[in-house]
Amino acid sequence: MFDNPALLKAIFGRLTLESLPLHEPIVVATFIVVALGGIALVGALTYFKLWGYLWREWFTSVDHKRIGVMYMVLGIVMLLRGFSDAIMMRLQQAMAFGGSEGYLNSHHYDQIFTAHGVIMIFFVAMPLVTGLMNFVVPLQIGARDVSFPFLNNFSFWMTVGGAVIVMMSLFVGEFARTGWLAYPPLSGIGYSPDVGVDYYIWALQVAGVGTLLSGVNLVCTIVKMRAPGMTMMRMPIFTWTALCTNVLIVAAFPVLTAVLALLALDRYVGTNFFTNDFGGNPMMYVNLIWIWGHPEVYILILPAFGIFSEVTSAFCGKRLFGYTSMVYATIVITILSYLVWLHHFFTMGSGASVNSFFGITTMIISIPTGAKIFNWLFTMYRGRIRFELPMMWTVAFMLTFTVGGMTGVLLAVPPADFVLHNSLFLVAHFHNVIIGGVLFGLFAGISYWFPKAFGFRLDPFWGKMSFWFWVVGFWFAFMPLYILGLMGVTRRLRTFEDPSLQIWFIIAAFGAFLILLGILSFLIQIFVSVRRREQLRDDTGDPWDGRTLEWATSSPPPAYNFAFTPVIHDLDTWADMKNRGYQRPLTGFHDIHMPRNTGAGVILAGLSVVLAVALIWYIWWLAIVSFVALIGYAIAHTFNYDRDFHIPSSDVTRVEDERTRLLAATSQAG
Amino acid sequence: MAHADTVIDDTIFHLEDDHGHAESGSSTMLGFWIYLMSDCLIFAMLFAVYGVLGGNYAAGPAPKDLFDLPLVALNTTMLLLSSITYGFAMLEMAKGRVRPMQVWLVITGLFGLAFLGIELYEFAHFIHEGATPQRSGFLSSFFTLVGTHGLHVTFGLVWLVVLMVQVSRHGLIAANQRRLMCLSMFWHFLDVIWIGVFTFVYLMGMLR
Amino acid sequence: MSAGHQTDTSNHSHAHHGVNHGSLAGYLTGFGLSVVLTAVPFWLVMTNALGNQMASAIAIMAFAVVQIIVHMVFFLHMNTRSESGWTMMALIFTLILVMIALTGSLWVMYHLNVNMMPGHDMSQIP
Repeated sequence: MFDNPALLKAIFGRLTLESLPLHEPIVVATFIVVALGGIALVGALTYFKLWGYLWREWFTSVDHKRIGVMYMVLGIVMLLRGFSDAIMMRLQQAMAFGGSEGYLNSHHYDQIFTAHGVIMIFFVAMPLVTGLMNFVVPLQIGARDVSFPFLNNFSFWMTVGGAVIVMMSLFVGEFARTGWLAYPPLSGIGYSPDVGVDYYIWALQVAGVGTLLSGVNLVCTIVKMRAPGMTMMRMPIFTWTALCTNVLIVAAFPVLTAVLALLALDRYVGTNFFTNDFGGNPMMYVNLIWIWGHPEVYILILPAFGIFSEVTSAFCGKRLFGYTSMVYATIVITILSYLVWLHHFFTMGSGASVNSFFGITTMIISIPTGAKIFNWLFTMYRGRIRFELPMMWTVAFMLTFTVGGMTGVLLAVPPADFVLHNSLFLVAHFHNVIIGGVLFGLFAGISYWFPKAFGFRLDPFWGKMSFWFWVVGFWFAFMPLYILGLMGVTRRLRTFEDPSLQIWFIIAAFGAFLILLGILSFLIQIFVSVRRREQLRDDTGDPWDGRTLEWATSSPPPAYNFAFTPVIHDLDTWADMKNRGYQRPLTGFHDIHMPRNTGAGVILAGLSVVLAVALIWYIWWLAIVSFVALIGYAIAHTFNYDRDFHIPSSDVTRVEDERTRLLAATSQAG
Repeated sequence: MAHADTVIDDTIFHLEDDHGHAESGSSTMLGFWIYLMSDCLIFAMLFAVYGVLGGNYAAGPAPKDLFDLPLVALNTTMLLLSSITYGFAMLEMAKGRVRPMQVWLVITGLFGLAFLGIELYEFAHFIHEGATPQRSGFLSSFFTLVGTHGLHVTFGLVWLVVLMVQVSRHGLIAANQRRLMCLSMFWHFLDVIWIGVFTFVYLMGMLR
Repeated sequence: MSAGHQTDTSNHSHAHHGVNHGSLAGYLTGFGLSVVLTAVPFWLVMTNALGNQMASAIAIMAFAVVQIIVHMVFFLHMNTRSESGWTMMALIFTLILVMIALTGSLWVMYHLNVNMMPGHDMSQIP
């Protein structure tokens, strides 16, 4: 039966043995390493009998803190993949001079730069940002969980599903070779007939559902679940930026969903949205995807701004300077981010009137952003600054991001953009703001809130190693690209003719190598911190002398976050409570109403992945089966009305008494 | 804004008694409304695509060659009627009367089915005449916009049936009332989208 | 007659805090208005009563806008009070974005076509 091609096609679609990239030694070697690592991990989990624990306590958990931590783990794992792509590109470009082809063929190289962009934005930056918001926001507003705890678990697993689909493309078939936004007609069925673009579409659609739902969830949480007394203008600034970011997610991701669905229709059904003939218009795709794409940039950067605000205020021991202006700047950025999308394609040819409108709106956006920088500087002015790791990242951010912001304003000038469009100058610019802004912010946030999540600090020595490697590596890696871009080198090239350019690429590759050391130091930092956790332990729950509500509870916080709902009187709630001699309640605990864990999120996301794979490989019977299963399971899930339980007051009392004991021990020791 | 506007004693740092703070379901209506807003943006994109590509006939059929306004008017009537009958169901729900509510829901479902049937008949007719989604940018965007609305109606019908089963099993408990209200918003929201569709696609198409 | 009169949150159970189900009069008014607001544009286009395409187009768009408002008020029970005004805020924000995306796309793509499509009058270029 195995030599009947029609039957095989009916069963496996276009999936054949040739789909496995066995002819690519690099991919095969990677596969072997990943497979060995995976087997080792699975073996270890089985040996230590951790599967049950992971399933019950983590995978099925609806606790926003655990989901937040899982998002962070996903982001860091995917960072390793995205960075491998980056350093491979840097090596290729440093080598491929003077007739040398480098070590990557064009088929492979094109997949690498596409995967790098897609992974870094969707599966590194987004999970890390969402993870931090998930963990921190309910604690900051004094809530027990998010508005829809099950939805939160489901959103996380959909994001994982998207990541799984992208990772699959590395070993089964191939990924898109179109650049990270997959512009048609290149991404159309005519020029990309194989599975690469389909992997791209379905990975982003699956992950997009998760992102959208988590956006709805967090907006609702912030609007509805704030503790009594926390008016809008008493919300911590990170919560404000989280609110604006999630509003942007809810308003921008549907656009991505729609435009990718249309691209999928073009590819699967043969419609003519973005084709060159029969009345299609590829530029409409470019227009639509940037209506999503530009707000996406602010989805990533706004929470980072929030982190820097919290960190600056905490480590200067002062209230944030210009809180109100910070809030309004954030809101203005949120709205303006919808009015600038055309600056990504000034060269399309919409003419002077259109280009000048979008050029001006783009320049206007730098005003609220600049106001923020001054707010941070004035917060530091005459503050009692403690240069702990989060504060170091913040200062590095201010220096680095300002440069990136200024090159951005430069690119906002349409005539300049005509020269620099699609050049390495642009590549340097957006890495300058995303690494210097988002990533530095995430590292600041991770080292700031890590003690809250786990009850011990991160090791400062390896943290500083990571910091210096990252910051210095960043400047080495991207300043040469500005120069190359000004000289007219375009992006996404695999080989070069002019030997005088090679030195700049070698410097950039050296920078990428330093960043590699930075990432390794970060991993060592986590490892060392776990080993030294007893020395680094913090029993107070407030290791940084923090100012916002999350520092009022224990580290790690109990499942219910706060035994009693806090009452808010001031913007810096916890600082206010400490100033006015707040006494932690020791008795009188009640039962606490909490949502129950469920495996439905894992199952629904798993079925979505199966559906996506079936669609990618044209395995139609499996697509139908998994779709029916998905809908059927979702409906069956709605028949379960028993979704919550009460933590008995005796348990609450036990947990709180333990904390009372620890706090007493700490204050005696201190 | 659960408690934010409550007047609070300045020296109290926590609520002794706080049931209801994390009450499940209190955010559902707002959450669903926000979801609907995001759905609205999906439709906005499809309208934008129709606006840009709707004039690209590629030497194929134009709206005037295809659209049958009396049929569209009939279809619109079906949807409008289903909207008002869903409203009647909600009024019965507010009075706590399960039986009449279920009857109105059945009628709503039948109007919804009629709407879908007419739409499918129209699509089949177009395709039979060679006006397929593949024929031109205009037809691609037409079928996608109207079809996406139709898919939403289909989804709403499935949801309606599921809810009717759930109400018959558990009665009008709070969770079921919440779900019925969400579906109500969904159903009326689809009506609003349809106003856009018949105005911009069908009526404006005939004016082109 | 406004549906808002029905809102009496204190009597409702917690689950539908601040939600209103409308009234029979409200639904019937809404239905009557929307029948008229649907029938008139169809009549305008089918009989070409205005005799002018531009005028008809503007008229039917105006009717659509009014009908959307009618549906929002009478069927979706929109008001500035539900959920402390957050639903209204979300709606207004969405409408602004829809306007930006729709008019922006049309404007951008129209200029693109004017500037870039071959076949327009090249003799005008000096």
